[in-house]
Amino acid sequence: MKIEPLLNELFPAGHSVSVRAGLLSGYGSAGPGQVAVLGTTDHLAVSAEVALELACFVLNVVREKPGVAILMLVDTQGQKLSKADELLGLNGYLAHLVKCLDLASRRGHRLITLVYDEAVSGGFLSFGLMADDIHALADAQIRVMNLPAMARITKLPLETLQELSVKSPSFAPGVDNFYKLGGVLSIWRPPLADHLEAALKRQTCGDHRRDDGMERMGRKLAARVSRLVVDAKPKTG
Amino acid sequence: MEHLQFQFHGSSDRHKDKPAVLVGVVSSGNLEVLIEMADLKGGSQIHVSTKASGFAEIWEAVINDFAARHDLANLVISINDGGSTPAVVSLRLDQAMQEFLGMPS
Amino acid sequence: MTDYSQQHRGHSYYEANARQRIAHLLDPESFAELLGPADRLTSPHLEPLGQPCAFDDGIVIGRGRLDGRPVLVASQEGGFMGGAVGEVHGAKLTGLLELAQSEKPAGVILMLESGGVRLHEANAGLIAISEIIRALLTVREAGIPVLGLIGGAYGCFGGMGIVARCCDSLIINEEGRLGLSGPDVIETTMGVEEFDASDRALVWRTVGGKHRYMLGEVQCLVEDDIAAFRAAVIKNISMPIPLTLEALEQEQLHLTRRLQDFGQCQDGIDVWQSMGIEAPAMLPLLNIRDFLESVAAQAKANYED
Repeated sequence: MKIEPLLNELFPAGHSVSVRAGLLSGYGSAGPGQVAVLGTTDHLAVSAEVALELACFVLNVVREKPGVAILMLVDTQGQKLSKADELLGLNGYLAHLVKCLDLASRRGHRLITLVYDEAVSGGFLSFGLMADDIHALADAQIRVMNLPAMARITKLPLETLQELSVKSPSFAPGVDNFYKLGGVLSIWRPPLADHLEAALKRQTCGDHRRDDGMERMGRKLAARVSRLVVDAKPKTG
Repeated sequence: MEHLQFQFHGSSDRHKDKPAVLVGVVSSGNLEVLIEMADLKGGSQIHVSTKASGFAEIWEAVINDFAARHDLANLVISINDGGSTPAVVSLRLDQAMQEFLGMPS
Repeated sequence: MTDYSQQHRGHSYYEANARQRIAHLLDPESFAELLGPADRLTSPHLEPLGQPCAFDDGIVIGRGRLDGRPVLVASQEGGFMGGAVGEVHGAKLTGLLELAQSEKPAGVILMLESGGVRLHEANAGLIAISEIIRALLTVREAGIPVLGLIGGAYGCFGGMGIVARCCDSLIINEEGRLGLSGPDVIETTMGVEEFDASDRALVWRTVGGKHRYMLGEVQCLVEDDIAAFRAAVIKNISMPIPLTLEALEQEQLHLTRRLQDFGQCQDGIDVWQSMGIEAPAMLPLLNIRDFLESVAAQAKANYED
C-alpha cells in the first residue's frame, strides 16, 4: 500500500506526517489522542544516516511530547549493505536507534508497529521489532531472506527449503509465518483507523511474543526454554 | 542424516554417580561426545546421530575398538557428528572418557 | 619441580571453545551450567534439513563467580553453525537475561560469537534476537551491567552485532570482528569492488578489534589471553552506564559527528589518518601495548564529547 493513502486511512481526522527521501516523521490525530509517527517508505535501506534521523525524532518525542504513543510504519529492504556503513559501525547506529526506542517505551510512550509493505532482517530489527505490539497488513512481506538466497548460503537445495516451508513456519518469508511464531500480533484489514484505535487502547504487557508463539504452535519451545532458565534453582552446597 | 545405536553388555558396578561430561563441537569434520552414567546393570549404550549416511559399518568398527579399550559399564554415550573421520571419532571418544574418568564421584 | 612457566602461560581466547572460555574467565570451579547438554534441549528445526544438533544448541549459560562476586554468563559456540541464533539458543540467552532481572547478579557476561540469525530457523532467530535485545535493556534498566566479550574466529555479526552494542561495555582482542553484515555478504550482494572479502587486512581495517577501538565502538582492546579479558571484565563490571535521555542525546551527537567526519572514508586507514594518527598504516602491525600507547590521545577523544 502506498504511504499517502495509508496515512489518510490511519488518520481520517488528519495528520502532519512528512515524507521525504524515504523517511517518515510527524504526528497524526487518532481517537485516543495525538500519535507520533515515524518510519520508512520506498523500501528504504536502513543506513547509519537513516538510523540517526529516526533516532533524532524519537529523542524529540521523548523530550517534547510526554506520554504520546509512537506508531512505527515499516517498509524497508533491510540494513544498508555498504563497506562505508560497516566501516562506520552500522551495528552501533542501529543499536542506538533501538536504545532510543527502548527509552521511549520506559518513559511511557506506547510503541506500535504496522508493517505495511516490506520488513526485512536488520532493517526490521532496528526499529519495528522493538514495539510492544507488532501488526501487519495482509499483503505485507516480512522476511529474513528470500529462499533462493537462503539456499545459496546454506548450500541446501531450494526444492528442499520450498517443501519444508509448507510444513514449517520457522524460516520462510511470510506474514502468516511471523504471525504463527508470535512475531506479529495481528493482521489488519480495513478499516485501519479502527485497528489503530484498538491498538492504542490495548494494555501493554511486556514482551509477549514467546507466549503468542507457543499458543499459536509456531514456536513450541522458546517460551518453555526461557521459563526453565528463569525457574532454575541454584544448586545447594 | 543417520541415527545408529550400539549396545554392550557387562556386569561391573563402575562409573556410578559421576557427573556428565561433554567434549567436542559439532562443526564440519568434528563431533561432540556426551558421556552420562545410567543404571544399566553393567551394560552400556552408544547413540550416534551423524550428518553423513551410509557409514554404519565403519561406526561399528570404531565403536567396537573403543569398547575394547575402556570399561563402558553403566554409561550412555551420545554423539552428534558433523562428518568426522574415524580417527577424529576415536580421538574424541578417548578424550571424553579421559575427562569423564578424571571427574570425582 | 613444578614448571610454573607452563602454569602461567596464557590461554588464547581465540582458540578456546565456549566452555573453555567460561572456565578460564571465571573464578576456578565456580561455574554451574544451566540447561546443559544432558538436558538435551536441542533444535527441532535442523534434522529436517540434514543438519546435526548440538546438545546445548550452541550456547552455554549458567551462574558463576568473578572475583568472588556472583555473575551470570553466556558463551556462544562459534564452531556450531557459526554461533548463529535459533529458537532454543535464543531462548536460553533471553532466559538468562530474565534470570538476571530477578537474581540481580553483579553483572551479566556475554561471550559473543555469532553470524546472527540461524537461517535454518530464520524467522524464529530474528524474533529471538529482538527478544534478547529487549531483555538485555531491561537488565540494564535495573542497574545491572551487561558486558560483551568478542574475540573468536567467527566474529560478532548480524543481529548479534546490534545486541553487542546494547551492552554497557565491549571488550575485544585484535582478532575479533564486530559488524552488521559480514564482508562476504557485502561482496556477494554488492560485488567485489564494493568489498573484497578475501582481503583479510582490509576486513580487519574495516570491522576488526583495533578499528572498533579507534571508533569507540568497543571500550577495551586486550591481548588474546583469557586472563586479559578477565581483568578487563573485573574493571568494567563496576561501571554500569545508565541509558538516560541525556546519555542517548550525547550518543546521538557523537554518532552524528562520526558520520560527518568519516562518512566519506572507504578504509580504516583513512579514518585513522583523519583522527590525526601520524603513521596509520603501521597500526595493524603494532602489538597491543604499543598500539594502545600510540593511539592514547585519539582514543581518549571518544569519551570527551
